[in-house]
Amino acid sequence: MSTAINDALFGWYPYLCLTVFLLGSLIRFDREQYTWKTGSSQLLRRRQLRWGSNLFHVGILAIFGGHFVGLLTPIWVFDALGISHSFKQGLAITVGGIAGIACFIGIALLAHRRLFDARIRNTSAPGDIAILLLLWLQLTLGLSTIFVSLGHMDGHEMVKFMNWAQGILTLQPAAAAYVADVNPIFKAHLLLGMTIFLVFPFTRLVHVWSAPIWYLGRPGYQVVRTRFAGRRVPTPMSPARSPASVRPAVARPTRQPAE
Amino acid sequence: MKIRAQIAMVLNLDKCIGCHTCSVTCKNVWTNREGVEYAWFNNVETKPGVGYPKEWENQKKWNGGWRRKKNGRIEPKMGAKWRILANIFANPDLPEIDDYYEPFTFDYEHLHTAKESKAFPTARPRSAITGERMEKIEWGPNWEEILGGEFEKRSKDVNFEGVQKDIYGQFENTFMMYLPRLCEHCLNPTCAAVCPSGAIYKREEDGIVLIDQDKCRGWRMCVSGCPYKKIYYNWSSGKSEKCIFCYPRIEAGQPTVCSETCVGRIRYLGVILYDADRIEAAASTPDEKDLYQAQLDVFLNPNDPAVIAQARADGVPDNWLEAAKLSPVWKMAMEWKIAFPLHPEYRTLPMVWYVPPLSPIQSAAAAGKMGVDGDMPDVRSLRIPLQYLANLLTAGKEEPVALALERMLAMRSYMRAKTIDGRLDESIAARVGLTGTAIDEMYKVMAIANYEDRFVIPTAHREWSEDAQDMRGSCGFSFGNGCSGGSSETNLFGTKQTKRPTNPMEIA
Repeated sequence: MSTAINDALFGWYPYLCLTVFLLGSLIRFDREQYTWKTGSSQLLRRRQLRWGSNLFHVGILAIFGGHFVGLLTPIWVFDALGISHSFKQGLAITVGGIAGIACFIGIALLAHRRLFDARIRNTSAPGDIAILLLLWLQLTLGLSTIFVSLGHMDGHEMVKFMNWAQGILTLQPAAAAYVADVNPIFKAHLLLGMTIFLVFPFTRLVHVWSAPIWYLGRPGYQVVRTRFAGRRVPTPMSPARSPASVRPAVARPTRQPAE
Repeated sequence: MKIRAQIAMVLNLDKCIGCHTCSVTCKNVWTNREGVEYAWFNNVETKPGVGYPKEWENQKKWNGGWRRKKNGRIEPKMGAKWRILANIFANPDLPEIDDYYEPFTFDYEHLHTAKESKAFPTARPRSAITGERMEKIEWGPNWEEILGGEFEKRSKDVNFEGVQKDIYGQFENTFMMYLPRLCEHCLNPTCAAVCPSGAIYKREEDGIVLIDQDKCRGWRMCVSGCPYKKIYYNWSSGKSEKCIFCYPRIEAGQPTVCSETCVGRIRYLGVILYDADRIEAAASTPDEKDLYQAQLDVFLNPNDPAVIAQARADGVPDNWLEAAKLSPVWKMAMEWKIAFPLHPEYRTLPMVWYVPPLSPIQSAAAAGKMGVDGDMPDVRSLRIPLQYLANLLTAGKEEPVALALERMLAMRSYMRAKTIDGRLDESIAARVGLTGTAIDEMYKVMAIANYEDRFVIPTAHREWSEDAQDMRGSCGFSFGNGCSGGSSETNLFGTKQTKRPTNPMEIA
């Protein structure tokens, strides 16, 4: 791969993807929240979903967490903690491998259900099927990198990816050079990963942003809303109204979740 | 004390003829869209039966409603918040569409296009989801219509709890009643409590429970949380939907569509004032059988000057306070005690109440084998077992239901004496703890049921929250972002394209 192409794909393409990812999500959230949803199909078919969805989601969350911490934690932090590169490489292969296999089984079940169950197939948007297959492909690529990684357990390849990811995030397109000579499987994995960020705002993946963790912190259970929170005090423009009927505006929060 | 007002409903089951007009008009207005073909914000079931979705009342199966913990606090029966989140990837308590029914249409076109044949052409059903042929329709929102199906299956109805049900399978002993069902607009809604997005809320000003369609993410916990199974997941939009109590009509002082079109005049709408601070304690009442009384205690007397003063301070408008005094719901629930909540044991404090139906006296009674109290038959010998009604309306406590039935019988007796015999028999009224004047009023509201007596709906004060000037040219009732339903020409965010009206000025 020529340097120019390498720079474009790993130095500039990430910025295109990240920009579309962030701006697209923001615009969709702002303009079209009615379309912002998980797109669950459990109502239509229960079969295969309990295992499929749980394995897939737990697996992919573990993988995401692993990538996030593994790629973006500065190398000196690992050094300071005394975690060797080879140990980290081993950990990544083991934990990532287990999570990856769980996720793979899950996504296989989900894909089978989506493609071959008439109810799900007929109610799927093209994007639903496309993103599922894209994730499946990315997972397959990710799992196959394990075999490459087994060839260099000292972790020096992994450090390249850490340098690349951290370089890109700190606005240094030149970081593309770090991944210039890695195995093509890794390159494909990186490219597809960035592409998933690119299409993210246009698919049901946006529900990831809305993971309702804060539900745990909601005080009480009930939600009450009022329209009268910002109630205007009637202006003296209407002399017909007797002062007795003019009640003071009661300032109340729009939500009283504690109730 | 924190006083709020709610527009509550009472359905007089004694007059329901099961015509489904409420269901059909509601359907035509609110759920005639893709994704909610299977959803009936209002449906009429024949009881006894397992209903729609199948066995909705069986909370051992569906885990809807609340449960009281040992420490005296309540939590959703589905589990605490962390349990709900733990099940978010696949909700174990979610009904499948087959528990409701697979929506279908018929091949009507075939009736036009069929070639000449020996057999008469038929319009066979086709799934509205897959578009494929359906050989058999298995269930629906009124599948057990007028005792359709075997008693064996219908007797799974959990309201038979504590009733020797076997004899009711015999033709001579059989009984039935209609139960129109809609969202209960509870004071303590479980659907809102289990919504991880906080998209479901109760409106402070009129008590209507709504789902914010923009904030709903489709985690579908509400479907399980609601013990009445009156939240429906729209498989097309990916959002949950429910009865909105026709709030655009209510705000304008008009009755809901189901109430307006009820040919039997069985529905009543009126204001109930309640103390929001007492809700949690009432819902946490230790004994299920006391929940009915606990809910009555949450309601406040609209004629009490102290209540009026506090309600004013809490921002309840004057026209609402006036309407509360005339509320038919208040009269039926509180003054005459003839209306009851549906399944108070769910601890949701529902706000759509029911007047239990009278039923023919059993043949045994007719043969002189049973006690008659004066000229009034003993309500325990009515065809519908008292325990069955009590299980439906008062968590199994028979006395309140018995009194209500006695009062309804007394009303007939009293009015018969008055209009046929021409005498005012106060003793009939006194025997059931009422006065002749009260019975006259009951008769006016329940038997004559004039429009203005059934529906006492104060208009909403929209001017308090919005300026009509700002609303010029805005969209009316719509989904999504103002007038935008999320679909555009390029369809960037992948929603389903809907057909638009064509502009006749477009060049072909």
